[in-house]
Amino acid sequence: MIIQAFAFYLFALTAIAAGVMVISARNPVHSVLFLILAFFNAAGLFILLGAEFIAMILVIVYVGAVAVLFLFVVMMLDINFAELREGFLQYLPIGALVGIILVAELMLIFGSWVINPEAAQIIAAPSAAPAEITNTHALGRLIYTEYIYLFQAAGLVLLVAMIGAIVLTLRKRPNVRRQRISEQISRPVEDVIEIKDVPTGSGI
Amino acid sequence: MLEIGLVHYLTVAAILFTLGVFGIFLNRKNVIIILMSIELMLLAVNINLVAFSVHLNDLVGQIFALFVLTVAAAESAIGLAILVVYFRNRGSISVEDVNMMKG
Repeated sequence: MIIQAFAFYLFALTAIAAGVMVISARNPVHSVLFLILAFFNAAGLFILLGAEFIAMILVIVYVGAVAVLFLFVVMMLDINFAELREGFLQYLPIGALVGIILVAELMLIFGSWVINPEAAQIIAAPSAAPAEITNTHALGRLIYTEYIYLFQAAGLVLLVAMIGAIVLTLRKRPNVRRQRISEQISRPVEDVIEIKDVPTGSGI
Repeated sequence: MLEIGLVHYLTVAAILFTLGVFGIFLNRKNVIIILMSIELMLLAVNINLVAFSVHLNDLVGQIFALFVLTVAAAESAIGLAILVVYFRNRGSISVEDVNMMKG
């Protein structure tokens, strides 16, 4: 119990500290690296909760794909980041005010709120006992049966996002010489070679 | 303090969500940091969903968290693509320049 509490506080405090650094770091590259740290610690929290699959997906999808994409874009664009930080202090008071109000309201909710006892009766898919099947196994059983349409829809969302990103960033540059093999192959012979009848003793 | 319950996780999620909102306010000019703040907020939402899922012993919350993750990945991919195209056209990513369409 002590070790669990220690792990929780370690992960939670590191995640929050990393979150603070994400929004306050001077260099966006550092922001992205702190975002990765926050994701890792959130994955640790998920493991503590017993949701191993989500934790692994978080590490693979977020750290492996999304955060690296961010890093790629930050490093690819040549931006004067010092200029973008102007007005940082100007927005600090109002931002802090909104943040403090939000946290205070949420804490008030946590202080005065109890779970409806009827909630236990309307469980849609009770999770199995840990000894029986693993978290991943149970999720797979549920996703591939009851939630198959949602699963397919999620795949469609990703497909549309992928095509959209490609369409947005694909750039057709004129004046670039490329080899187009299909055009080369489909040319008729008449366009390519011209056969001339050369009379003896004179040029063309 | 040593008994870790639902409220502990909800508190962490609330603080992370607030950090996301705060980040949007703080970095009004830098779209990249705003996108990262949105990722932080979605992470906080996921922590909430999974915490409730475990607390109520109901797996559907984790499935929902998976779909939130999917949509977040799609959103950041499209957002960064738009950002790259915008930078190519304008040479800057300042949010305050994004008012060409203003009527």
